[in-house]
Amino acid sequence: MRLNRSLGAVLVLAAAVTLTQGQQPNSCVDCHSALEGELHVTPEQFAQDIHAQKGLTCASCHGGDPSKTDESAMSKAAGFKGRIERAAVPKLCGSCHSDPGFMRQYNPSLRTDQLSQYQTSVHGKRLAAGDTKVAVCTDCHGVHDLRPASDTRSKVHPLNIATTCSRCHGDTQYMAAYKIPTNQFASYKTSVHHEAMVERGDLSAPTCTTCHGNHGATPPGVGSVANVCSTCHVFQAQLFDASPHKAAFASAGLPGCVTCHSNHGISKPGDAMLGTSAQSVCTNCHTQGDAGYKVAGDLQQQVSGLEASITRSDRILNRAESSGMEVSQARLEQDQARDALTKARVSVHTFAAAPVRADVDSGLKITAKTFGEGQGALRERDYRRTGLGMSLVAIVFVVAALKLYIREIEKNGKSGS
Amino acid sequence: MHSAQETQVASPARRRFLGMLLGGGLFASALSFIYPVLRYLVPPSLTDMGGDTVVAGKVGELRPNSGKIFRFGSRPGLLMLGTDGQYRALSATCTHLSCTVQYRGDLRQVWCACHNGMYDLAGRNLSGPPPRPLEQYDVHVRGDEIIVSRRREA
Amino acid sequence: MAPLARVRNWLDERFGWEELLAPLRHKTVPIHRYSYWYFLGGITLFLFGVQVCTGILLLLYYRPSANEAFESVQYLITQVQFGWLVRSVHSWAANLMIFTAFLHMFSVVFLRAYRKPRELTWVSGMLLLFLAMGFGFSGYLLPWNTLAFFATKVGTDIAGQVPFVGHRLMIFLRGGEEVTGATLSRFFGFHVAVLPGLTTLLVGVHLLLIQRFGISVPSRIEPEWRALPPEKREMRFFPNFLLRELMAWYIALGVLGALAAFSPWGLGTKADPFAPAPAGIKPEWYFLFMFQTLKLIPAKLGMLDGEVVGILTFSLAGLIWLLVPFLDGTKRTQRLVTGAAMFVVAYMGTMTAYGYAAK
Repeated sequence: MRLNRSLGAVLVLAAAVTLTQGQQPNSCVDCHSALEGELHVTPEQFAQDIHAQKGLTCASCHGGDPSKTDESAMSKAAGFKGRIERAAVPKLCGSCHSDPGFMRQYNPSLRTDQLSQYQTSVHGKRLAAGDTKVAVCTDCHGVHDLRPASDTRSKVHPLNIATTCSRCHGDTQYMAAYKIPTNQFASYKTSVHHEAMVERGDLSAPTCTTCHGNHGATPPGVGSVANVCSTCHVFQAQLFDASPHKAAFASAGLPGCVTCHSNHGISKPGDAMLGTSAQSVCTNCHTQGDAGYKVAGDLQQQVSGLEASITRSDRILNRAESSGMEVSQARLEQDQARDALTKARVSVHTFAAAPVRADVDSGLKITAKTFGEGQGALRERDYRRTGLGMSLVAIVFVVAALKLYIREIEKNGKSGS
Repeated sequence: MHSAQETQVASPARRRFLGMLLGGGLFASALSFIYPVLRYLVPPSLTDMGGDTVVAGKVGELRPNSGKIFRFGSRPGLLMLGTDGQYRALSATCTHLSCTVQYRGDLRQVWCACHNGMYDLAGRNLSGPPPRPLEQYDVHVRGDEIIVSRRREA
Repeated sequence: MAPLARVRNWLDERFGWEELLAPLRHKTVPIHRYSYWYFLGGITLFLFGVQVCTGILLLLYYRPSANEAFESVQYLITQVQFGWLVRSVHSWAANLMIFTAFLHMFSVVFLRAYRKPRELTWVSGMLLLFLAMGFGFSGYLLPWNTLAFFATKVGTDIAGQVPFVGHRLMIFLRGGEEVTGATLSRFFGFHVAVLPGLTTLLVGVHLLLIQRFGISVPSRIEPEWRALPPEKREMRFFPNFLLRELMAWYIALGVLGALAAFSPWGLGTKADPFAPAPAGIKPEWYFLFMFQTLKLIPAKLGMLDGEVVGILTFSLAGLIWLLVPFLDGTKRTQRLVTGAAMFVVAYMGTMTAYGYAAK
């Protein structure tokens, strides 16, 4: 077996040496491309690696002498490190990546604090305590075909990050000892953020690292998760902070935002989340008779009232349009009513009736106008049909008169007198 | 049963009557066709056809450092008068989720109220969710009218 | 003298037309059980007249540029008084005219009215039918909406498949490699100047020939027709037939008005050349049977390209159809022509229905 393997390696080596006459001698890949499993690294694979493209070689990380074709290539004398231990990986990567002076020659704008960030993360702290199951640099970034994060094939491209994290965090067996949930990726896949990224192609949509950090990955605490959400959802956060819920949630130890909207499986919010029905989130705390319960019902009524009014106007405009009337001006105004509905759905985060009513009322004013325009279009249509009816009467009259006249003049025959 | 007499003699008075009836009917129907044509020939009061060019407002309508929404074809446009006295016009449909943007005098930027998207006065998307810039329009002042037109396409 | 007669007299003294028009008073129309088919030519002519009038009215507001065409039509149907009526009548009458033209053509085939000496009347009529379809194709693009844009793209693509001259033909039609504002300008020129000019000429020829040779009687019933006394077998054109034509024209007007009020022609959305084509683009109904046939032909037939075979087959069929009076000599060929005509009607009908039903 071992003889076979060595024989095979030597043969490949011989072939490779003859074929690569004139190229930079790289005995590492010459052998390792023939080896199996973890030891298998091909020149094609390594050519995709960003480090290789910048001129680094196997020896840059692993040491050794690629110009030698015998065992001395992997000698201690040549500085060969062999397989890098997991616990040693961050330090090895950091030996270049945390050195601004060194990195400057490749890309001055690249950050050089990844290692220090990592050391503050849960992964970094546990690694320092001796747990080698946690993620190190190579687990997320790859190793011999490492691509920059902007490359869509990279494991840390925004589209791929969640999958990369879930390789461990979604594996129940692997995570059994840690006693944290493993359903985050499954939940995230049902969320609007995932949909925004994957289906709408919005790369600015949040993925795991957006809220948890990438190198300094740590879950945000109960008191601070709302700050994470508020970096994008500014208005909702501001209104929430000014609302009675902020103090109430803080004293109950409940996280803002997440309590109603969940953290990973954030689904598209609907008006049914308001109000007092079974799907409402308000009834999780409020019960019949308390002030909040009343406000919840009021908010729901307001917002769904505006939505119904918009639908009503849309329907009459559709009817007018399908009868051939042109209603583009009213459609434009409907867009403004929809803007008002969007704003109302933001102002519900004040959890007070008055601000919401202000937005809803401005929307209702517009829908009243567009509904009137729809009615006007239908009236115009009816006016046209009446006009047509009258002209048809005139036409029938003329046709009848023609018939009678023809009959009259042909009393003596069709060929004339 | 008619007699030979009746088939032979067509009453001239009846024929004349029918002739007048027919003539009158034809004349009336001709009028009913001419009437819409005559109305059609009169140009409507709103002479602007939308499309490429539109009168977005009048000089003096906007205070410096303010903006207004105007209709451009079937979509809204934003006309702004900057502090430098320059008129600028952009498409007012946010490139994120199509809300209508507005001019913020305090920030001297264009802002979308829905999700806090920010654009500069040339329409470039600066921050927030918008993925693309707003389309720019050309502005010319003719007399006391501010004319906004689409940039020429190939 | 009655006032009307006095006016006629005054005009005649200065135009001298009574002498020229005298023969027209003797013009007659044969009466037999197929006489009703004779109305179709006049109805087609009337609808053409409607098109000219409504077309001229539309010209007052329409703007033939890619940036303004759609908006000008939108303006016309919303802001201009009765603009909706003029535009809908124009669109509906176009379709009705092509339909009656086809009916007229098929009635001539089945009644064999193209027999000697009327072969050239047939040829001029067929050319008029092609011109009418050209009117339809060019006019359809003018509102510059999505459907029209892509239908034009597909149609000119097919024209580009003609062997040898296809590419040049396509460039000529499109005014360039792609469908752009240049295409719109060109189609507008065809639609309001070139085609009307050619049509007026051919209609003149067509009517003159009919005037010269009179209206034909189907050979099958000719013997029994000749046996009738004169007053039973013919009617005067002026005023008897013309008054009946007038009835048909008024009914057509009523139909057009009803269509405009109950089923107005839609405008759709403005064409965006950079957007992908919507699914299920198809041409107007009078091209649909050919389009559907081309879709069904496999991509390759032996060594030949399927689409090219389809185009050449239709061109050949059209040419044979054009020359049918010269090929229809013996009783055998007559039966062949009638059979072929029935097949053509059935084929066109089925393919058109299929084209509508298919996605």
